[in-house]
Amino acid sequence: MIDNLVIPLLKILIVLNATLVGVTYMVLLERKVIAWAQSRLGPMRVGPYGILQPVADAIKLMIKEDITPVRADKWVFTAAPIISMVPALIVYAVIPFGDKARLFGRDITLYISDINVGLLYIVSVASVGVYGIILAGYSSNSKYPLLASLRASAQLISYEVAVTLTLVSVILVAGSLSMVQIVRAQESSHVWFLFVQPLAFAIFFIGGLAETNRAPFDMPEAEQELTGGFHTEYSGMRFALFFLAEYANMIVVSSVATTLFLGGWLRPFPNVAALGFLGFIPGWTWFLIKSFVFLYIFIWVRATLPRYRYDQLMRLGWKVLIPLAILNLVVTGIVKVLLL
Amino acid sequence: MGQAIAFYGLSFFILFFAVLVVSTKDTVHSVLFLVLDFLFVAALYVLLGAQFLAAIQVLVYAGGIVVLYLFVVMLVNLKRPPEAYEDPHRRTNLGFALAASVLLEVGAIATYGYASPAPALARASEVFPVSGNTEEVGWLLYTSYLIPFEIASMLLLVAMIGAIVLAKREL
Repeated sequence: MIDNLVIPLLKILIVLNATLVGVTYMVLLERKVIAWAQSRLGPMRVGPYGILQPVADAIKLMIKEDITPVRADKWVFTAAPIISMVPALIVYAVIPFGDKARLFGRDITLYISDINVGLLYIVSVASVGVYGIILAGYSSNSKYPLLASLRASAQLISYEVAVTLTLVSVILVAGSLSMVQIVRAQESSHVWFLFVQPLAFAIFFIGGLAETNRAPFDMPEAEQELTGGFHTEYSGMRFALFFLAEYANMIVVSSVATTLFLGGWLRPFPNVAALGFLGFIPGWTWFLIKSFVFLYIFIWVRATLPRYRYDQLMRLGWKVLIPLAILNLVVTGIVKVLLL
Repeated sequence: MGQAIAFYGLSFFILFFAVLVVSTKDTVHSVLFLVLDFLFVAALYVLLGAQFLAAIQVLVYAGGIVVLYLFVVMLVNLKRPPEAYEDPHRRTNLGFALAASVLLEVGAIATYGYASPAPALARASEVFPVSGNTEEVGWLLYTSYLIPFEIASMLLLVAMIGAIVLAKREL
């Protein structure tokens, strides 16, 4: 009873809340970091150094007027933000934040579930998220959101191919689809897959930027061309759901990259015994540190790089990343056969 | 017991959404009901212990093919052209004929399927040198079902080349 029901429910509760709090503070971090990059201070008014800004933002978004355009497709218009949000959150079910912890005399695994098809589950759930964007643009019955959503979905579908192909080469190296097993494979081979699959890592990261609609691929939200993007007609909490989904997806991409390429909860250089003194730091701390580095790079890239043009983005996706990913997969397969 | 309840619950939803798919007037809504239908079918696979198939069902059907349907419905079929006059009875008769043949088929499967049980499949764990849902599917595809698998991939390759040739007149 306790093992099957209470503990998983508690884990889900903790992970969901941590994600949502993390997302709101990601927004603050982003505003701060971009401000520093531009020699500004960023939010400073609400709380010391603007630390309470996310709370103020949340209250503002909740009490704003909730508008549905008259000519909108009401049911779909309401469902679209929910469809974006749900896949972004249920992905956390298979992400391993750590190995095992002893709490109150029980061995508790620091992941909600370890299923045999973990990575495939993440890919398939993420592929459903694209509906939120398409439907938001379509149901608004307005031309800019429709154009933005078409761009967004074309972008997502294109980059999904490259990202999934890189995942296949990681699966080949690890020999498993289970997220926990992939980390264990990195433990037993004494090397992070970042060093085994550097090309796959690069493609995954670029594809991750594109799949979360982040700069320099934030084409769907190009304000100058599209007056805001696929969520132009949304206001209040429904707009906030799209916003939360984007940041939740960023955390998902960071966590998946950490698990697949940076050894998940393992300490740095798990093969060097001289660094064994680092073992006192619990695994989930390493996981959070590594994910945070990724999230910081996401923001850093946004503050640094200008936006791609749409045709450049499509060319990069189809003519560079996908061929490279296929090449990487073939080479990985050949090396794997030769080594066996 | 619990499994039976889950099975009938899921089946009810699958049929319910399937009916909505064909009865809804708005084509976009009908495509969305199709997505829901596919998700419930995936749930049915999970219930049968086929997680790999469930993930593929969501990835390929719900997340891939139906997105294309949605594109086509949204962009191509925005305005329906006025239909040419057609004898309404002809369509009704065709519908009845199709429904009758499907019913006959289901009846035949239900009658003879139980009479001559399927050849007993060996337990997966006895045949395969591997464990795990994905590994077993892969093992089966590359041993017992290698030829159908290869034929299917050839078919897909031909379809892909055909699509490229159709889309691009000058290569």
